[in-house]
Amino acid sequence: MVNIHTILPVFLADEKSFGDGGVLAEYAWLIVVLPFIAALAITFLGKKMPYGGAEIAVASILFIFIYSFALLILNISKGVVNEFYVQIGSIGALDLEFGWVVDGLSIMMFFVIGAVSLMVFIYAVEYMKGEIRYTFFFTSLTLFAGSMLVLVSSPTLLQLLVGWELVGVCSYLLIGHYWEEKKNSSAAIKAFITNKVADVGLMIGIIMLALSAGTFRISDILYKATHGHESISKIAVVAGILLFIGAMGKSAQFPLHVWLPDAMAGPTPVSALMHAATMVTAGVYLLARMFPFYEGVAAPAKELVLLVGVLTLFFGGCLAIVQDDLKKVLAYSTVSQLGYMITALGAGAYTAGLMHLWTHAFFKALLFLGAGSVIHAVGTNNMSEMGGLKDVMPKTFKTFIIGTVALSGLPPLAGFFSKDEILASLSHEGYAGYFIVAVIGAFITAFYMTRAVVKTFFGEYRGEGHPHESEQLMTIPLVVLSVMAVVAGWVNIPGIYTGFTSWVGTRGIAIKEYHPDSFDLTAMSLGLLSAVTGILAAYFIYIKFGNAETGDEKIRLQPVWKILENKYYLDDLYIKGIVDPLKTQVARKVDKFNSKVLDRFINTVGLATAFLGKIVYSNFDQGGIDKLVNSVSVGTDNAGGKVKLIQSGRVQQYLTLFLSGVLLISIIIFVLY
Amino acid sequence: MNIIPILITAAALFSIGIYGILVRRNSVMVLLSIELMLNAVNINFVLFNAFLRDVLLQGQIFSIFIITVAAAEVGIGLAIVLMIFRNRQTANLNDFDLLKW
Repeated sequence: MVNIHTILPVFLADEKSFGDGGVLAEYAWLIVVLPFIAALAITFLGKKMPYGGAEIAVASILFIFIYSFALLILNISKGVVNEFYVQIGSIGALDLEFGWVVDGLSIMMFFVIGAVSLMVFIYAVEYMKGEIRYTFFFTSLTLFAGSMLVLVSSPTLLQLLVGWELVGVCSYLLIGHYWEEKKNSSAAIKAFITNKVADVGLMIGIIMLALSAGTFRISDILYKATHGHESISKIAVVAGILLFIGAMGKSAQFPLHVWLPDAMAGPTPVSALMHAATMVTAGVYLLARMFPFYEGVAAPAKELVLLVGVLTLFFGGCLAIVQDDLKKVLAYSTVSQLGYMITALGAGAYTAGLMHLWTHAFFKALLFLGAGSVIHAVGTNNMSEMGGLKDVMPKTFKTFIIGTVALSGLPPLAGFFSKDEILASLSHEGYAGYFIVAVIGAFITAFYMTRAVVKTFFGEYRGEGHPHESEQLMTIPLVVLSVMAVVAGWVNIPGIYTGFTSWVGTRGIAIKEYHPDSFDLTAMSLGLLSAVTGILAAYFIYIKFGNAETGDEKIRLQPVWKILENKYYLDDLYIKGIVDPLKTQVARKVDKFNSKVLDRFINTVGLATAFLGKIVYSNFDQGGIDKLVNSVSVGTDNAGGKVKLIQSGRVQQYLTLFLSGVLLISIIIFVLY
Repeated sequence: MNIIPILITAAALFSIGIYGILVRRNSVMVLLSIELMLNAVNINFVLFNAFLRDVLLQGQIFSIFIITVAAAEVGIGLAIVLMIFRNRQTANLNDFDLLKW
């Protein structure tokens, strides 16, 4: 029996009171379910429609965008906290529940997913035109967005896991969209397997938490965790680390980031969606959702989170410098920026981390779509075959510049505010070492982005063919996203307007974090300085004292270049350290065991079974069952042949029989009564 | 009110009808016999209506229904007989074996 019930946060009476969201929250399940219905519709009707099903996808995402925008407005005006549960079964004392949670965090995620997906979908309509499996692409893309919505709307860890895995499956489908090439299908498998490895951690972590708390409900777990529930406190650190391992996989944290650059094998809209709104933000979302847990009982796990985040932001950024593939520059940039988000959450800066997620979603989607526009025009991913595109593709160039500046963190664009807040929080919490690394990270970010812009848009055109500006359907999303990349940061300006803090702070269990009241001048000036230095350094190397071709040669002399080009030998390590030994040593032994012992055993069993089967067949099957069935049918046939004689076709004979029957019954009744 | 003679009349009519159906070979005569039986029933309805002093006149109304149905039935029955006669040049019931297995 379906039993929908809502828990208004009764146990949160000590906190500020929020609205319950009313009808809008009650029907928020619509935006989660809609993509799945749309995906079905695209599958069955898509091929018959003029745009091959893309219009269904865009329409459903448009609805989601509008709905989430309404929710966002509601949240800004009143604040919304509400949860809805649908029980679908139970295992022992554990209730299996699905549902939807509507609070500041999930609404923020809804909006990011809705807005970015809408732009990406519109863009993809043009970008994918004429590509193979067009309709299927939109089915998967819609499912991808829907899976992410399942994830971020989940009030229970169980549903979170379901959404988590769905996202993984959809990413597999989309990365391997051009699976005819071996490279692409390998990339899809790599992404899936790497995520799967991390998911084991998440799964164990969820089981531990659910068993010790006696419930899958996140708010209950958080409540118990923050109110000194003993069985949770005991396992908190281990469970926290395990959950974080899951987050490391999805959010591409060092050393599990290896899948993400390879995921560039998918079509560019997929990369944009994956890197901005869906998939990679899942890990950040998980940490943010469990923030009170990490802040309280699982505090030691936070140190690991912080360390991994800082490592990722630094090493990921370094890798971006040496890439020649434009999309890979952006991919490693995403790795690095995700490092920033994880660092912020690890340092206890909840708002800062989510703020960076928010701004990053817009400008990274913008950069990816811009890169897609360039790739569409020149027909290659390699920057060595680009150059000089600023005059032929003015719109793409301008929007790409906006994205670059936003990512580099120059005011007043979005990236400045979010990165500054992370730096300020790091310095306030006293993590001096990490703070310095983060500042250097800002330098690296500015450097590789400027390098990418110079190599792509400045200098002489080095490729073949005649690139031209993309269609309007592709440039409009770029323009919209570039507007967002400019203004998205203004929702949280310390000392002036800090709306974002209260948006995402609208939670069942209050977030206790440090939030700067005004700009931290040291952090801001250092961050700004390093960003400007980065841009200038790239300017001098690639424009002033060289050009796009010679620039790389200058930095290539450095000994680290080789290490970076080989991605720290991580792939080699995984292949040589894990895959090869498994292939040669273990696999050979297993093979021997297999053929000598298992096969013989199975063969014996097989022969015995066949012998037994023969006996059963001749005696039981043929002699018993078959004979029974046959005789039943023969008997029916004979009986029918005899009975049918009554049916003579003579009406008067029927009537006579009928009358005699009536008479007989009358006599019987007469005699009896 | 003595209803016995009237009941006997109706029963006699009914029996004649049954007899006619069973022994006649001409299908038109069989149809006529069916009419006899229906009318016997009608008589019974009207009789019991009067005997029980039913102010709602259910028996009489019912007999009107029966008359209507009988008319329709004869219409269809005669049409069938006519069609069969056209095809087989006979109205003898014994020659009608369309319903035989």
